[in-house]
Amino acid sequence: MEWEAVIGLEIHAQLATNTKIFSGASTAFGAEPNTQACAVDLALPGTLPVFNESALRMAVMFGTAIDAHIGKVSVFDRKNYFYPDLPKGYQTSQLFYPIVGEGHVDIELSDGSTKRIGVTRAHLEEDAGKSLHEDFANMTGIDLNRAGTPLLEIVSEPDMRSAEEAVAYVKKIHSIVTNLGICDGNMAEGSFRCDCNVSVRYKGEEAFGNRTETKNINSFRFIEKAIKGEIERQIDLLEDGGTITQETRLYDADKDETRSMRSKEEANDYRYFPCPDLLPIVIDDDYIGAVRDSLPEMPDARRARFVETYSLSEYDAGVLSNYKSLSDYFETVVEQSGDAKLSANWVMGELSKHLNQNDTDITASPVSAANLGGLLKRIKDNTISGNIAKKVFEIMWADGGTADEVIEAKGLKQVTDTGAIEKMVEEVIAANTAQVEQYKAAPVEKRGKMVGFFMGQVMKVSGGKANPGQVQGLLKQKLDALCD
Amino acid sequence: MALNRTDVEKIAHLARLQIEESDVQAYADNLSNILDLVDQMQSVDTTDVSPLAHPLDAVQRLRADVVTEENQREALQSAAPAVENGLFLVPKVIE
Repeated sequence: MEWEAVIGLEIHAQLATNTKIFSGASTAFGAEPNTQACAVDLALPGTLPVFNESALRMAVMFGTAIDAHIGKVSVFDRKNYFYPDLPKGYQTSQLFYPIVGEGHVDIELSDGSTKRIGVTRAHLEEDAGKSLHEDFANMTGIDLNRAGTPLLEIVSEPDMRSAEEAVAYVKKIHSIVTNLGICDGNMAEGSFRCDCNVSVRYKGEEAFGNRTETKNINSFRFIEKAIKGEIERQIDLLEDGGTITQETRLYDADKDETRSMRSKEEANDYRYFPCPDLLPIVIDDDYIGAVRDSLPEMPDARRARFVETYSLSEYDAGVLSNYKSLSDYFETVVEQSGDAKLSANWVMGELSKHLNQNDTDITASPVSAANLGGLLKRIKDNTISGNIAKKVFEIMWADGGTADEVIEAKGLKQVTDTGAIEKMVEEVIAANTAQVEQYKAAPVEKRGKMVGFFMGQVMKVSGGKANPGQVQGLLKQKLDALCD
Repeated sequence: MALNRTDVEKIAHLARLQIEESDVQAYADNLSNILDLVDQMQSVDTTDVSPLAHPLDAVQRLRADVVTEENQREALQSAAPAVENGLFLVPKVIE
């Protein structure tokens, strides 16, 4: 019998508002502990929540972007549990009437196929504070700056059947929320978190197996590894005659395994009920329509446009359209260089390589889009060769400046003067008599390849600056003349 | 619906309420009476009645997304039993 995994995901996206979901305290990251936690966030007696209009608009933006049903009446509920970083003793969330109902996204898989993944719902809730267990003897430090930060919890249908599909889905949601500008998507800072529900069953079976929920996963790579590991663990356990306990597990990146979290006593008795401090949120079609009209171009539409406008391959268009910052960069490069294919190659090649190696975000790239476009323009007009352009790029990356400035300062302008190239070609032929004899002795059909050696020599003599096309032409001409 | 002593103890634990052993039966009786009232209400046909989330017939007002609360850590922590490095300190919650 063949096993099949069933995966559903809960994604918590921190909404990029200026203030908390229910208070006017700032949500800026990295502030001194408890300097952004006001009386409402601390749940002092007598305080009341007032709902943030940006959090509402952002949630509706997400809902319209995934073609979801939008709740015209949505209600906040209290999810009750005790933990010191949750001062109220309950989390304000939405259970019965969420702001975003059923929707869907399409994911692209490595075999080129697409699959539709259902989104069950997305609801608004508040984040908790942070507990610091390490630094104090027998005490826990509590920082409530994060308490009350708005979250959109996006719950998928159990539609995914492999770690690959799960990662593709997470990346899709990540690209949607960052493209909408409603979440900064920073997984390391916890702005975008993922819990994975995993179960296995025999292929063809209707009923689901017992599932586990793995928390604490903060990168795409770890999501893939955690899910793969959990699927294997469950299959091994079942094949050895064991049973799967429905439980919460933590992913340990150092050991690359999931382990059971001690189940808290009665942890799941949350006793939800409508929050009496908050009235129902009511929105109308005009509001939803206005939000829908304000949506920026979404990645799927942009990919289609890139294929259409720039004649890019589906793959290139897919890579370049996922993130607005990358798409904007690419389009500026194209505008400057006038060559979409060349621009795509450089953005996905040299630029991405440098960004990855230096762990730099494209918005902080030392080489601006306009300057990269300026560099490519100089390849196009034969001022420099592609190889020299890589050198120029290195210098621009390290020291800044425009391509023209670097080419001028370093004297890298391509030599296109036929007389000068001819001189170099003659020098190289004169200095390599042995190779010239071999060339002459070789059958005609092999000579083409042998020109490569002389090409390399001339390029070396010219410091890489000779125009390769002209060198090649002159070499063939002169070598063949010697053969007659 | 009748609640027994175990139910009452569980509810008290979930609410972090300490109750006297001698009061448990009285709580069980009182809470059971409330549930009986709920049972009575459940028998009303509510097919055409839309669910009520709040007794007030009003909708939530929204707040502009502008920072209005400045840092008042010192004042807010003055009532806390223990603070260090700007953090509230509580008894350790992880064993």
